[in-house]
Parts: sequence; C-alpha cells; structure tokens
Amino acid sequence: MTDLSLAHAKPDAPRRAPLRLPLVWLGVLPFAIFALLFLVWPTLHIVLGAFQTPEGGFTLRNLAGLMAPQIVGAFWISIKVSVMTAALGCVIGFVLAAAVTRGGLPAGLRDTMLTFSGVASNFAGVPLAFAFIATLGRLGLVTVLLRDWFGINLYATGFNLISFAGLTLVYLYFQIPLMILIITPALDGLKREWREAATSLGASGVQYWRMVALPVLWPSFLGTFALLFANAFGAVATAMALTGSSLSIVPIILFAQIRGDVLQDPHLGYAIAFGMIVLTGIANLVYIVLRTRAERWLK
Amino acid sequence: MIRSSRLWSWIAFALGAAYFLLPLAGMFEFSLRARRGEYSFQAYQNVLGDPQFLATFGYSVLMAGFTIVLGVLIVAPTAFWVRLKLPGLRPVIEFVTLLPLVIPPIVIVFGYIRLYNTSSWLPMTGSALGTDILLMCGYATLSLPYMYRAVDTGLRTIDIRTLTEAAQSLGAGWITILGRLILPNVFVAVMSGAFLTFAIVIGEYVFAALLNRPAFGPYMVWMGSNKAYEPAALAVIAFSITWACMALIQLATRFQKFTKASR
Repeated sequence: MTDLSLAHAKPDAPRRAPLRLPLVWLGVLPFAIFALLFLVWPTLHIVLGAFQTPEGGFTLRNLAGLMAPQIVGAFWISIKVSVMTAALGCVIGFVLAAAVTRGGLPAGLRDTMLTFSGVASNFAGVPLAFAFIATLGRLGLVTVLLRDWFGINLYATGFNLISFAGLTLVYLYFQIPLMILIITPALDGLKREWREAATSLGASGVQYWRMVALPVLWPSFLGTFALLFANAFGAVATAMALTGSSLSIVPIILFAQIRGDVLQDPHLGYAIAFGMIVLTGIANLVYIVLRTRAERWLK
Repeated sequence: MIRSSRLWSWIAFALGAAYFLLPLAGMFEFSLRARRGEYSFQAYQNVLGDPQFLATFGYSVLMAGFTIVLGVLIVAPTAFWVRLKLPGLRPVIEFVTLLPLVIPPIVIVFGYIRLYNTSSWLPMTGSALGTDILLMCGYATLSLPYMYRAVDTGLRTIDIRTLTEAAQSLGAGWITILGRLILPNVFVAVMSGAFLTFAIVIGEYVFAALLNRPAFGPYMVWMGSNKAYEPAALAVIAFSITWACMALIQLATRFQKFTKASR
C-alpha cells in the first residue's frame, strides 16, 4: 500500500516535494498526539514500571512479587472466572443464535434477540450487579419466589451470589449477548448449498453440524472465546458492586492497590497491571488471528 | 426431525429468555418494594429527590457531551484524512483504535495517575478542572474503538474523493470541507457512535472512582453499599438509558438506509 501511494506521488514530486510529505502527515498529528498521551504512553509507563526499581534501575523483582500467594490466588480466580464465563458464554450464545437463525423460529424473534443482545452486552458494570442482587440476593425476587412457592431455600443449598458461581452467573449476562452478536453473522455465512450437498450425500443433521458447520465455524468460535476471556478479565465495576472487595480477583486487587497502596509496594502494582496486559493481549492476539481465518469462509 | 429440532429451538429460546428477563423483572420488582407491604415508586422518589443524584447524573451527562465532541473532533478528521491521503496508514490507525479493548481500563487509568500526578511534568490531577479534562480524555479513549468504527463505516458509504475535489474546485478550505460537507454526510454514523459513547460514559465507574470525580458510576456504587431499594431503582434508570441509546442507534441506522434508498 505504502509503495503504491509513493509511486503515485512521484510524477509531481519535483514541483511540490519539499512541502507535500510533511503536510500530509500533519493531518493525523492530532490523533497521534492524543493516542500517544492518553493511550500509548500511560500503558508503556506501566509496562516499563514493572521492570523498574523505585530509583529507576532495571529489576525483575516486581515480577517475582507476582508469585506471592495472595497475587497468584487472585490471578487464578480471575483466570478461572474468565475461562468459565467465556466457555459457557460461547456455548450458550451459540445454541441461542443457532436456535433463532437455524431452528425454524419466527423471523421476528431474530431481530428482537439481536437488538436485545446489543443492549445487554452494554448493560454491564454497576447496574448489572444491582439487577442480580435484586433477583438472586437474599431478598431477591427469585429467592423469595422459590421460598414461598416451592419451599426451596436457595441460600440453604449453599448458593451465594457473592462467590465464584455467582460472579460467573452475572458475567454471563454480558458474555452470552456478545457471543450472539458475533456468531450470528458467522451462522448466516453457512451456505444453504453446503447443507443441501451434505443431505444429498446422505448426511444426517448431526453429521452435517459435526462435519461441515462446526469445522467452518471453529475459528470464529475460538476467536470469540478469546475476546470473551479478555472481556471478563478486565471487568472491574460489576465485581466491585457485587462483592464489595470480598472476592479477590485481579482487577479488584489492582484497584485497592491504586487507591491506597495496600501492598506497600507501588511497583508491585505495575507488575500486576503488566500481568493483566499480557493476558488480555494474548487473548486478543488469538482473536485477531482466528478472526482473519474465519472471515475466509464468510465471503 | 424438523419438528423436534424446532421444539428444541423453542426450549433453548425460552430458557435464554428466562435467564435474561428474570434479572430485569427482579430489579424492577425490587425497586418497587421501598414501602413495607405495598408496591410504590418511593425508591424512585427518593433517588430523584436526592441532590447527590442530580449532581452526579448531571456531571456524567455533561462529561458525556464533552467526550462526544472531543471524540468526533479527533476521530472524524483523522478517519477522513487517512481515507483520502494516507490509505496505507489505515491498518495502523485501526490497530491503535482497537487498543482500548485490549488494555484493561483500570491499567490505562493507573498510567494516568502515575503520569499526570501533582509531581509530574503535566500535573493534570492537581486541580478539579485538570482532572475533569483528564477524565474526558480517558472517556474519549474508552470510546475510541466504537467512535472510529462508526465514523469509518459512515465514510465508506460516501465518495469522499469526488466530494472533496468538487468542494476544492469551488474554493472550499479543509475546515469547510470537513464541517459542511463530510460531517453532515456521515452525521448518522457519528450519531450512532455518539449514543454508544453516551451509554459508556454514563455507567463508567473505574476511571471516575480512581480519579476521584463525582460521577454517576461511583454514586451508584455508594448507593449500593448504603441503601436497600434505591440501587434497584438506579439500575432500572441505567438500563432504560442503555436501552434508549441502543434504540436511538437503531433508529439512526434505519434513517440512514431510508435516505440512501431515496437518493
């Protein structure tokens, strides 16, 4: 691309060359400055800080600090919640999208579900936690109805909204819709001819899904999994409003660290943040690579 | 075979609908329970009558407005310029605009606090105004992926090269071209980016909390730990706002289709 435009600019280069090139680049300067000041530099500062002593020298001690049991535990819970909600979000979102696009349900349901998914995937954070507390908390609607109508005491069964299971249940509320939004175009990309060809060769419905549809959808599937993982991993507000700070997931630890230096070592904060970037970065890299592969089939 | 698969589809859909609608029902029902023994809108009255609510909500709406203006001012000229003059740079710009989805917001704001604190070269957190500007820039960063994609998609539908050349041959400068030609043409796309930004800014918690600004997100969390029924009312209000923003986006895109068809 760059070569092409340069070759294109050559004919009138003798006349305008001294002025033209810098002026063209001037056009993206405001954006570049903004991105540098408020996105790239702050992030780089954190990444570099993870490898620096308070005096500015190079060190790996901060990263070694991540091995403290409290921090390892937090990373472990965060990874578990993210993997769990990403996997369940993918599977459930896929089943719902398949049911509505391929399952012979009225066409109106499809639009309703997509619109609702757009809303629900953005309805994260504090209000989402409140909605679940009002539904499954100790005095929540479902808890009360189960008790009054069926005599089931939800909290006597060991269920607790402020727990790993509870957090998973809440996160799914924005994970499933995101999966639906991403996988529906991929499902639409499955060509009718493939199904017809499979059927005329004697394949059953299950065989068609297992041997044709799923292999085609697989990259979108894995890619979305990676995106959902990153999505859950970086979420703070929902967990914060749901559990206060009683559930030690990584973002909450980092939040407490920024607020009041609870770990007594500011540079450990850099290391935790660096760990978060590495994990979400890997997840998104996987997503980008797999998405490019998935798009081959959608043309 | 077909009948049974349809049955399973209905079952899956019904279960999904139950999971997604029950919390909404729960939150609405809970918000009505403020008076013992009867349903009432007492919690809403309490919330709406709370000066803190009005102050924080107003602050967030104002911040959302400024963020949208800043976002449009940064994104629209860049997307236009890159499409017109520097197409080779597009993948780079696109990558940068996607970064806020990769880097967790809490890490970005951590960087702000370390870089722009009172003892740094640019002590933005030293004054309320400076922190507000920093917060606005942070919100604009968060909304960058959505804003850029919306505007870029809008630009794809119009022939900016021809339009620009036509305007230039009539003697228009760049400001005129951008303000009176390009922006009106991608107005609908800009609006859908703007509504999404609005929804993001109104509910945002981490940036505002860590920068210590009195926004709606921290207020909601404070309510959550201090009151019983008011948080549910706040959740209903926040959900309505999200819903309204998405509805306006849908409306905007439909309007765009309509104007395109009639051309």
